[in-house]
Amino acid sequence: MSTTEGDQNSEDTWARVHGGAEFQELRRRLRGFVFPMAVLFLAWYLLYVLLADYAHGFMSTKLVGNINVGLVFGLLQFVSTFVITALYVRHANRKLDPIADKIRAEVESEVADK
Amino acid sequence: MSTLAQSIEGSNPALNIGVFGLFVLVTLVVVLRASRNTKTASDYYAAGRSFSGPQNGTAIAGDYLSAASFLGIAGAIALYGYDGFLYSIGFLVAWLVALLLVAELLRNTGKFTMGDVLAFRMRQRPVRAAAATSTLAVSFFYLLAQMAGAGILVSLLLGISGEAGQNLVIAVVGVIMIVYVLVGGMKGTTWVQIIKAALLITATAAMTIWVLGRYGFNLSELLQGAVDKAGAGGEALLNPGAKYGISEMSKVDFLSLGIALVLGTAGLPHVLMRFYTVPTARDARRSVVWAIVLIGLFYLFTLVLGYGAGALVGPEQIANAPGGENSAAPLLALELGGPILLGFIAAVAFATILAVVAGLTITASASFAHDIYANVIKKGKEDSKAQEVKVARITALVIGAVAIVGGILAKNQNVAFLVALAFAVAASANLPTILYSLFWKRFNTSGALWSIYGGLSVTVVLIIFSPAVSGNEDAMFPSADFDLFPLSNPGLVSIPLSFFFGWLGTMLSKEHLEGKYKEMEVRSLTGAGAEKATQH
Repeated sequence: MSTTEGDQNSEDTWARVHGGAEFQELRRRLRGFVFPMAVLFLAWYLLYVLLADYAHGFMSTKLVGNINVGLVFGLLQFVSTFVITALYVRHANRKLDPIADKIRAEVESEVADK
Repeated sequence: MSTLAQSIEGSNPALNIGVFGLFVLVTLVVVLRASRNTKTASDYYAAGRSFSGPQNGTAIAGDYLSAASFLGIAGAIALYGYDGFLYSIGFLVAWLVALLLVAELLRNTGKFTMGDVLAFRMRQRPVRAAAATSTLAVSFFYLLAQMAGAGILVSLLLGISGEAGQNLVIAVVGVIMIVYVLVGGMKGTTWVQIIKAALLITATAAMTIWVLGRYGFNLSELLQGAVDKAGAGGEALLNPGAKYGISEMSKVDFLSLGIALVLGTAGLPHVLMRFYTVPTARDARRSVVWAIVLIGLFYLFTLVLGYGAGALVGPEQIANAPGGENSAAPLLALELGGPILLGFIAAVAFATILAVVAGLTITASASFAHDIYANVIKKGKEDSKAQEVKVARITALVIGAVAIVGGILAKNQNVAFLVALAFAVAASANLPTILYSLFWKRFNTSGALWSIYGGLSVTVVLIIFSPAVSGNEDAMFPSADFDLFPLSNPGLVSIPLSFFFGWLGTMLSKEHLEGKYKEMEVRSLTGAGAEKATQH
């Protein structure tokens, strides 16, 4: 655990890795994906809640048979959740994991040496 | 409430008890086998971090899909139509918060509990005490709701009508749960969740196909069936507003509930703890993906089951049945497959309560033993981890006893607000603290204490003065009248306030921990130095 290895040497190591170009790239790739995506799905969910709450007429409009706008909107929330999950997994597998693995290997060999 | 004292007509209590007994027997054997390898603290709390992503994802679904979702949402859709569906969506979308912002980073920075993540860069003792307090509070409210739900289910499905008989069944459920946790630790509990999730999802899938088959696999026909069966005004079932559209205040209340649901999940302690049972952050990601797929499918099934119960059983019969809207799914099972299917569904519902209660108990006991006992009382100097696990086991015993007594006392109470309270506390006290801790470098001890204690107290105070507790006939104390706050769910007010408290508390303190944050960020993003799986 961190508390047992809080000596100055290892703190310098962490700070150096943190400032390195590779880590900054990893950080940018993670935050650049998850923050906008979180804002997007929360806004999309909030839009749905507000429509279901205040736009009853619109949500009750029938499209095909008894399937109305509200039901389609609700099912689209399922679809968007599945799609965002898939997009994130793809992003993480391709763009995050390779750099993260590389940095971890470096850090762990370095910290172990001290 | 006296109507609860009779069971559903056509139900066969002996059969129901038989199927449930079989479930208990099978899971106990599994738990005993799993317990052979439970030796260290990591084994007891985190199952040696040895579960795979798919296994843990199934267990997450088992932990998350409580009897409230199964019986409650299907019933709400059967009676109120579209408005019941809104719950399902909030409960599902919430998992994106866990997937994108919490699961992997948490797995990389902690060991067993939420307190570990906070203690990484802040002063250990105060933040661990705070984290354990909110963990215990959320677990307690959630536990009480589940145990009270067990009481209702007992009268509904087993036909046990006497006061003493119901209390006995609640006690039996509690004792079985304690055995799971004490003997099996996290590994045994996880296997119970996996078995339960598999049973629940298989049973609801089969019923969904059965219902759709009756309507030629045409959703529109099924909806028409529900509208026709409801009689005059049945058309309203298809549209939003039947439950929450009554007044302007109920609309705001719905918005508040919607926000608490979507932000509460990623702060539920028994969900957070599940991320530690896998070997790496990548497996934590995989488990959330599995959980999202299983939970999403389950909520799609409940949509069909809810409207199916409305169409095949009818809202009138459901509302008049013992247990009211909670009886929709069991009545539908009876209609479709007779007493045998009902017996199976009844057993699954019991298994659901049992598994969720076990998951909560192990989380609460881990938080007490690991955060409060080992790090606050013993100041982290406890030399034997065995002692810590012993304390965790004793705590589990105490929590189990509290759950039994609480469940007996709360069994005739309105329990929906307890679940809402648990989500509101999780969203207010836990989520802001976790997010600040993982993403904000300026965040410090004072900020964490402000957001946890501030969020917890605001939520509890607003609930006490809400219409859920007093001022109307559905309230916990119908005769009293101190509902000064108009919303049943405080999320709309308490969540933004908690984020504000976290910011204010941070700014008021001169403590700077940016150096430690750099280490934490490298660790959380790369998994360097993260806790490894144990080998047996």
